[in-house]
Amino acid sequence: MTRSMMVKLAALALILALACVPAGAAVSGNLEIFSWWAGDEGPALEALIAKYEATYPAARVINSTVTGGAGVNAKAVLKTRMLGGDPPDTFQVHAGQELIGTWVVAGRMEDLTFLYEEEGWMNVFPAGLLKLLSTDEGIWSVPVNIHRSNVLWYVPENLNKWGVKVPATWQEFLEIAPTLQAKGVVPLSLGENWTATHLWECVAVAAMGPEKWDQLWAGKLSWKSPEVIEAWKLFGEVIKYTNADAPSLSWQQATDMVVQGQAAFNVMGDWAAGYMATTLKLEPGVGFGWAASPGTNGVFVMLSDSFGLPVGCPNRENAIAWLKMLGSREAQDIFNPLKGSISARIDSDMSLYNKYLQSAAADWRTNVIAGSLAHGVVANERFMNDFATVMEIFLQTGNAEAAANAAEAVAIQSGVITR
Amino acid sequence: MRFRLKRDELYAVLVILPSILLLAVFVYGFIAQTFRVSLTDWGQTAALSLQPEINYVGLSNYADLFGGFLNIRFRQDLTNMVMFTVLFVGLSLATGLVLASLVDNLIWGETVLRTVFLYPMSLSFVVTGTVWRWLLQPRGGINLLPTLVGLRAGQFLWLSSRDQQLTFDWALLPHYAVVALLALAAVMAGAAVLRRRRRQAAAWGAAAAMAAAVVATGLSRRWQLLPYSEAHGFSTALWGVVLAAVWQMSGYTMALYLAGLRTVPDELREAAYVDGASRLQIYRHVELPMLMPITVSAIVILGHIALKIFDLIFAMAGPDHAPTSVPAITMFLKTFRGNQLAVGAAIGTILLVIVSLLIVPYVVTQYRGDGGGRA
Repeated sequence: MTRSMMVKLAALALILALACVPAGAAVSGNLEIFSWWAGDEGPALEALIAKYEATYPAARVINSTVTGGAGVNAKAVLKTRMLGGDPPDTFQVHAGQELIGTWVVAGRMEDLTFLYEEEGWMNVFPAGLLKLLSTDEGIWSVPVNIHRSNVLWYVPENLNKWGVKVPATWQEFLEIAPTLQAKGVVPLSLGENWTATHLWECVAVAAMGPEKWDQLWAGKLSWKSPEVIEAWKLFGEVIKYTNADAPSLSWQQATDMVVQGQAAFNVMGDWAAGYMATTLKLEPGVGFGWAASPGTNGVFVMLSDSFGLPVGCPNRENAIAWLKMLGSREAQDIFNPLKGSISARIDSDMSLYNKYLQSAAADWRTNVIAGSLAHGVVANERFMNDFATVMEIFLQTGNAEAAANAAEAVAIQSGVITR
Repeated sequence: MRFRLKRDELYAVLVILPSILLLAVFVYGFIAQTFRVSLTDWGQTAALSLQPEINYVGLSNYADLFGGFLNIRFRQDLTNMVMFTVLFVGLSLATGLVLASLVDNLIWGETVLRTVFLYPMSLSFVVTGTVWRWLLQPRGGINLLPTLVGLRAGQFLWLSSRDQQLTFDWALLPHYAVVALLALAAVMAGAAVLRRRRRQAAAWGAAAAMAAAVVATGLSRRWQLLPYSEAHGFSTALWGVVLAAVWQMSGYTMALYLAGLRTVPDELREAAYVDGASRLQIYRHVELPMLMPITVSAIVILGHIALKIFDLIFAMAGPDHAPTSVPAITMFLKTFRGNQLAVGAAIGTILLVIVSLLIVPYVVTQYRGDGGGRA
């Protein structure tokens, strides 16, 4: 190393140090973070808070967590607070329409495009993700993680024992399902209502392909079109091979059925990998195996937790400092291995992640990205709420046309179609 | 003397004033506000902005709930609520009465048993719901009980069943109402004839004839609430919820009945005994009739709990399980998840009206019974 290079490096270090110190000193006072992360997800959030407080020693984080109901309870509290004019500094929200359809259209969020440009995030987040986070008016939140929705889980050893292969399409699944049933094995385990919606989106993306799926949410494809009715019919065929006690089971219990050998397959988001690897102590690839859900190879149906900047929050500067940190490569690589998800950035350090997450991250960089319905990416909250009723109509009657008609009506009423 | 009385009254008014003001704002003011919201369309896009666009739409939220295509869930909710209320109140009363009668005749151990039966009431519905959710798992819990004695495990699906019994067509509800009126009028007319009350018999007979004419001409079948038929009925899945609720509240009805049994004067029992009545006859003809006021109070207390039930079902079956859903759950989801605040307010108002139908007559008769209070 030459002397001049040494000098340059020293100068760089000095500049960096100078740049960092005032930034750290400027942020002081409180930062209130609102989320529904507790329990298994608590430690991941704690790690982020620890990093924030280490970077800005003068700042104090108030961690407001409202647990329960997969976020339903937290959202109810958040809405009451926002309506009452008491927004937190930043809050957890599913990226995409769940944020846009409720808070952005209401004019309650600040456009974060400036942050994306300052931090150079336009190039490190995939374009497909940015599209889902944005409207024509701006970019609305910073994603901290990426989960994959369309994953099929199984136990490799059990499949060998039963003599079946991982189905690449739903047709293949429907062919092997009777064989499994004859052996007293539930071909596909399912849980309560929302897991049925989750399965439906995986079946629908397979049946119509990611382009048509996008058109559906852009209002360019009718819910009564043959493609959608086909998707409902295929879904109807698939759920014939699920367990009868599905509504009583949580998603963990549905996963347990696969792990315990009562069921052959389960479709669930990749938080199931976290559950099996961390809670059940199974080794990825040996204790459990995975594949893209049938018919969706090459498609990454994503969902993401993100944080935004509410208009009129009490500590705006602190919130911006928090968001800047969330988008950084380092913070994402602290949070995600603990949460069991992957970094939203395409430059993350893969060595920090387990085997499943590495494979997901590899897919994230190459696959076509589609947004999840069950987890708030493609549809607003009103649509999602009423879609639960559509799902109940279908589960009760098994009538694809009735479900399609009801979904069309919901899409019109909730503004998905005229958007 | 007169001055002092006035000062007493002044004190009384001053003491009551804060609670009157608080009630006026936080109960009656909010009821009025909820009703006002229910007449609007609050819940369109941008429902949660600082200045949301809210338009007056009259009663269309209500019309939509009872006759709109997508509100099939609300109508099943109402059906579930009625079925649950009837079963829960009926079974709680029966269980409580049996327990009280048994405990009352015990020679020892009464205090212990009373505490044991009353304990479930000290739990919150969320705790009860969570525990029973586990107990009613189709693959575990009480379905495994038969295996203890070597039998096959039970297969009943409890909360997850989608079966419906006693199905009826929502569109034909007016028709059912006319038929019910016909039956009632016929019975009343018959009773009046037997009692030789001619005028009453004629009036009820005329009502029955009119109802029969409406049914016979097919008119009542044309007054349809919906342009298509829509089946609703008793969801088998409700049994699990009823079981948990009865488990929790029957100890309470037992305590009520036990207190009632204690108020039956011993002289009455002794008089009946002297007249040669058996223990069973005393129970049937002396004690039970004297428990009537307790039964009425218990029906009102349990009834309004049942009509407003939310937490138990939310904990047992989750938010989106239509076979066990009730209006209170849909109200919560529509308001806080779907952002349709006006629709939520309309459901809230409907619930308030239904509960008032149960409570107001009770309060009025109680008030009259006291001779109209101070006057």
